[in-house]
Order: sequence, then C-alpha cells, then structure tokens
Amino acid sequence: MKLKGWRELNPGCVIKEPGNSVNFKTGSWRAYRPVWIEENCIHCLFCWIYCPDMSVKVKDGKRGEFDLDFCKGCGICALECPGKKGNKAIVMQEEGK
Amino acid sequence: MGKVVAVTGNEAVAEALRQVNPDVCAAYPITPQTDMMQRFASFASNGKVKTEVILVESEHSSMSACVGASAAGGRVITATSSQGLLLMLEIVFIASGLRLPIVMPVVNRAVSAPINIHGDHSDAMAARDAGWIQLWSENAQEAYDNAIQAFRIAEHMDIRLPAMVCLDGFIISHSIERLEYLDDKTVSDFVGEFKAVNPLLDVEHPVSYGPLILTDYYMEYRKAHDDVMSRVSKVVLDVAADFKKISGREYGLFETYRLDDAEIGIVVLNSAAGTSKDVIDDFRNKGIKAGLLKPRLMRPFPYNEVGEALKHLKALCVLDRADAFGASLGPLCSDIMSALYQYKDKPIIVNKIYGLGGRDFMPSQAEYALNDLVSILNTGKIKTLKEYIGVRE
Repeated sequence: MKLKGWRELNPGCVIKEPGNSVNFKTGSWRAYRPVWIEENCIHCLFCWIYCPDMSVKVKDGKRGEFDLDFCKGCGICALECPGKKGNKAIVMQEEGK
Repeated sequence: MGKVVAVTGNEAVAEALRQVNPDVCAAYPITPQTDMMQRFASFASNGKVKTEVILVESEHSSMSACVGASAAGGRVITATSSQGLLLMLEIVFIASGLRLPIVMPVVNRAVSAPINIHGDHSDAMAARDAGWIQLWSENAQEAYDNAIQAFRIAEHMDIRLPAMVCLDGFIISHSIERLEYLDDKTVSDFVGEFKAVNPLLDVEHPVSYGPLILTDYYMEYRKAHDDVMSRVSKVVLDVAADFKKISGREYGLFETYRLDDAEIGIVVLNSAAGTSKDVIDDFRNKGIKAGLLKPRLMRPFPYNEVGEALKHLKALCVLDRADAFGASLGPLCSDIMSALYQYKDKPIIVNKIYGLGGRDFMPSQAEYALNDLVSILNTGKIKTLKEYIGVRE
C-alpha cells in the first residue's frame, strides 16, 4: 500500500471510514496464542463475550475458530473459559512453540 | 458603536464570552482566572447564555471535557492560569493535535514553587510550543478584543486550531480600566454561526477521533501541523481588518510604538508595554530615538515580520516576564534573536528578566533598560547579555 503524503491527511487525524480497523491487523503483538480444544468446549460463548477484540468467531450459535489477525494474546478467554469437567477448552500457548 | 464602561480585565473577557455565547464551557477555578469564570457561570445560571457549563474536578478534566465537546461539534471555551494550565498541559497538546478550535483565556500567573498567585508569563510560556495560537493583550480592551477575534481565527476553515488569549494576572485581570464594549449583535454577527468539522454527533457520517499513529504517519501529521501554523498570520490580519470595521480599533501581528526611526528599542509583552511607552516618550523628549515592539501573535511567532520591524535598530533590549531556566536567554528573547539572526546588519541584543511573581514593573526599570542601550551605543560594549532587574542582591 502506498503511504499518503502529509497534504493528503484528514486534519486532526480524524478517521472518516467507519470500521476501517479491519484493515490494520494487530495480532502480531501476541506473545501467547489461545488454542481451542473443541472436545472440552460447552459452547457457553463466554470467550466470545469477554474477548476485548472480536477474535472469537461464532457461527449458528456455536463457538468457531479463533481469528488470530486481531488477537493480542491477552488470555482473558482462557481465564474465563469454564471448560468441561475441569478441563479448559482454551489454553494459552507460547508463540513460536 | 458600543458603550464605554469601567471594568476589570476578567469582567471584560467574561463579557466577550457572553456575547459569543458558546455551546460548552468546562472550567475549573484558579486565581486569578476565577472571577472570569465565576462571572461566566452567573451568565449561564441567569439565562444570559445558552452555554452548557460543565463542572469538573480539575483542569486536566476541564480540557478533556473541552476536547470531547469540541470533537462532538460544539463551540467550546475554558479559561485557566498557572498551575491549572500546567495540569491540563497533556490535554492541551491533544486539543491542538486533533485540530479543535477551543478558545481559552489564560490569565497569566507565576508557577510554583514557590507558590505565587501574581502576574508573570511563566505559565503561557510553558505552553507556547503546544501547537496553539497565542494572542497576548496589553490591557482589558485588548483582552476583550482579542477574545472576540480568537473565535474567528481559531474557527477559520483554513486553520481549525485552539487559541489562548493571554492577559496579565491581577495587573489587568483585577484592575478597572475604561474600555469600549461592542453591542451583542455586532459581536454575534462578527463571530458568526459555529461550523462544525467532522462532528462526532453527526451519526450519518460516523468518525473516530484520537487514533494511534505510529512511525508510518506521525511525522506527516506533525508536518501538517507545522504547515497550518504558517497560515495563521494571514488569517489574524484578515480578522483584524474585519474587526477594525466594527470597532475602529486596529490590530496587527504586533504593535510598534515610535519604532520606525528609532535607534534603540524595547520588546516587551502585555501590560509592561504601557509603562515602557511612557518612558520611551521621556527619552524621545530628551532627543534619544527610542521605540518599542509589543508582540500580539506570540504563536505562531511572526519571525519574518518581527525581524523586518526590528532589523534597523542599533541596540535592542528584550524584557522577559519569565525565565527559561538553563537556556541562556528568556523565552521572548530567544524568539527575537531567532527572528533577527537572518540579517547581516542587526541590532545588538540584551535580555532583562523583570516582574517575576507579579513584582511591579516600574518606569525606572524601563529607564534602566534604555540607558543600558544608550551606553551600548556609546561604547559598543555589552555589560551583561542577560540579567535580572528589580531584584535584590
């Protein structure tokens, strides 16, 4: 993408295109990656509610895969996950391992 | 024409703000600004303005509320002094970076420590590079006139920058002077209807304010800010020309007094200029060609115009009512020296720090400064580049 020159910018850094944050992938900051263990998932969707971004995908009322493009690895989903019979459905794994 | 009144500087600026009738005012009281905002709050509670007055717990919050209200699309004011300006300084930079045309009278006061409530320019000088417009005022009339013009300048579609209107604490803010008020309709017609740019409350056109901008674009935004500052002088002059039509009073980027044929000169801001002009008359009566320049537009500083106005002098004394500790000179003197650096032939310049913490600036101090310049002319030698005057050894 060609970067704009200073004359082409909106005064005051105002963003006029709603929802354009999807164009800026911020998942590269992550040190820990959430991993979904489907057999332990009860589809309570706590992870979807608690995710500060929109990294948990839901389809037809069921928990779907993570969208890691915007996940910063905060681990809230793993913390809140009740799991099944004491086994977490989300665990955090160090990136690069 | 308006009516002639006897009022304090604070009262005059509060009256200007009433006549402009802004949408939002978020302010926190601090001496010597307090009675200006107290008067304005009375206007609001008595239905004299339609302004939403927001009570806040600090100046950091007052400027934050102003930023929100201005981004929402309102005409917004606040006012402060001294520690208040320093406390809000973080948000002062944000207001200018977001290009929000907030108007803020600053009733100049010394800064702590030691704590001191009196007139001194240290507060506004600490904020001079925050990307705001700064208009400085010698007396209550100028403070009133600058306050009205500040809205037109700040809100100009080529500019959209916040503006401070500076006046000396107590010396001007609490002293009663004669001045002329314009009538309400003249002022409201002059400032005109507020036009919002990218207002948050326009739900048909959603916008976001305050994004994170890193190495890829930060420098471009700073360059754009530098560019808009370079356009301010022209707008200040255009607005002044329009203001003369309604008031008969003339304003420029700075005022000169007996400067054209002068050999020695004083540069001084705000109220001390009045005293200095009297002393310049005394020197002229003695046959000494003395003159004065009083900056009005302090930021952006009109370097070229100031340089052209001063370059013919042989010797020049810059009087600073603030010091810039660790710098070799006071803040105004640094700007004046920068303005003159480009010329091959330029005056010898000395800097004197006066009146800190509200200490009276006496005619004898202006005489001392001018006599120093006369001796520089006679000997060609500078005794002291920078010195404190009116200070006990």
